[in-house]
Amino acid sequence: MDKTINITLKVWRQAGPKAKGHFETYKLNNISTDSSFLEMLDVLNEQLISEKKEPVVFDHDCREGICGMCSLYINGHPHGPDSAVTTCQLHMRRFHDGETITVEPWRSNAFPVIKDLMVDRRAYDKIMQAGGFVSVNTGGVPDANAIPISKKNADEAMDNASCIGCGACAAACKNGSAMLFVAAKVSQLALLPQGKVEAASRVKAMLGKMDELGFGNCTNTGACAAECPKCVPLSAIARLNREFICAKFKD
Amino acid sequence: MWLFNSSVGRKFVMSITGACLALFLLFHATMNLVAIISEDGYNMICEFLGANWYALVGTLGLAFLAVVHILYAFVLSIINYRARGKERYAVSSRANNVEWSSMNMLVLGFIILAGIVLHLCNFWAKMQLVEILGQEPANGVELIKYTFAQWYFFVPYLLWFVALWYHLTHGIWSAMQTLGWSNNIWLPRIKCISNIIATIIVLMFLVVLVYYFVAGNCCAATCAAI
Ligand code: HEM
Ligand code: SF4
Ligand code: FES
Repeated sequence: MDKTINITLKVWRQAGPKAKGHFETYKLNNISTDSSFLEMLDVLNEQLISEKKEPVVFDHDCREGICGMCSLYINGHPHGPDSAVTTCQLHMRRFHDGETITVEPWRSNAFPVIKDLMVDRRAYDKIMQAGGFVSVNTGGVPDANAIPISKKNADEAMDNASCIGCGACAAACKNGSAMLFVAAKVSQLALLPQGKVEAASRVKAMLGKMDELGFGNCTNTGACAAECPKCVPLSAIARLNREFICAKFKD
Repeated sequence: MWLFNSSVGRKFVMSITGACLALFLLFHATMNLVAIISEDGYNMICEFLGANWYALVGTLGLAFLAVVHILYAFVLSIINYRARGKERYAVSSRANNVEWSSMNMLVLGFIILAGIVLHLCNFWAKMQLVEILGQEPANGVELIKYTFAQWYFFVPYLLWFVALWYHLTHGIWSAMQTLGWSNNIWLPRIKCISNIIATIIVLMFLVVLVYYFVAGNCCAATCAAI
């Protein structure tokens, strides 16, 4: 049985990075509760196009929760009111008939709005370029099990590697801090023998880049971990702090 | 210098100064308890600390910690406010697991600061300061009895302690997390430790305050009635 709802959307519209933005209200009828949030926005855009109006710009790509392109701050939560899902995995069954849904872009000094709901998240790419990798000589492929790694470390590295770089952590943070993202990216390598070699220089370079790009100072409020679609744990930030403080004391 | 230029460095300073201040409070509160156990004992402690060189060094060190903590608090808060960007969310709601105190550390800090000023005027100015100036300090226990019996001092002190409790419940575990003393298993534990230490500190202060308020008001009244 297909259930449908009627909703009112309050969407942030902004013509460009420098333009002044405002909220626009749209009414949508007969939205299937089985549709995803982004499908609902597709319906909105079709409606807008048929009315010869400018469609709403929003980021998306895989639509299955793996690429980290979708964003959106929905009713006061990054990736919407559901936990552990991205916006593309959010279903309209989470909303009720007659509800007003407010949709805003990520708001952070380091994520300027490009247009409407789309923001520039290249700051995260820059942090990755600063050191979020392992330098290797590309020679022959080594045997997969040549280096033994404990199950515990492998699991924890994997939990951190699940970060998709969506930016919800910085968007959720009252301090505009990107610590959870940086912590996940530092942790996934610091936990493994291959990553340990460059651990100290990596953490200094990535954190330095984060500070340089204008992200804030973490005060451990924990909103990031609560809103992270991939459930990266808050303890990753403690590891980042530990790695950084130890690296600085060794200098 | 990484202690000023990097975000984790700044947080490191914040956590060390905060943790030292909390340790001082633990020490201070323990001394206060003596005031309800033995009045003479309390006056002896006052005399012992008075304006001796070690008490003065301690006071200076404490003042330094407090000033650094407060200066960094402002610097951090300003950087963080800017990092949020110019445009604010129209709708925002606090995720569960996010403590109210963690969002209001600066406001709580202001209340604590006001309390510290009041407290210094009430006690420090009449005890250590006069002694430094070479005069006879006030009698510690008598000063407590007088001050805490006045409702217009009692109420601000009460508010002060509540603010301090909130500040510490978040502050202590946050400081440990900042220093890297946390992992998946220990995170819930340090939060629990934080609540326990905050409660012990505030409870010790509170007992003395309430004891002398009750002793100064109700007892006098009931004694008079009898
Ligand atoms: C007896 C007095 C105080 C004690 C024991 C204390 C203790 C602490 C502790 C342990 C922290 C945690 C540090 C961390 O998160 O790494 C903290 C944070 C903080 N304190 Fe205090 N504090 C005191 C007074 C003040 C005052 C007077 C102010 C401001 C006017 C203040 C403002 C702050 C702020 C804004 C934070 C949050 C900063 C952050 O988490 O990065 N505190 N405090
Ligand atoms: S840590 Fe979580 S919220 Fe932050 S970028 Fe990675 S997946 Fe997104
Ligand atoms: S569109 Fe790829 S994660 Fe949502």
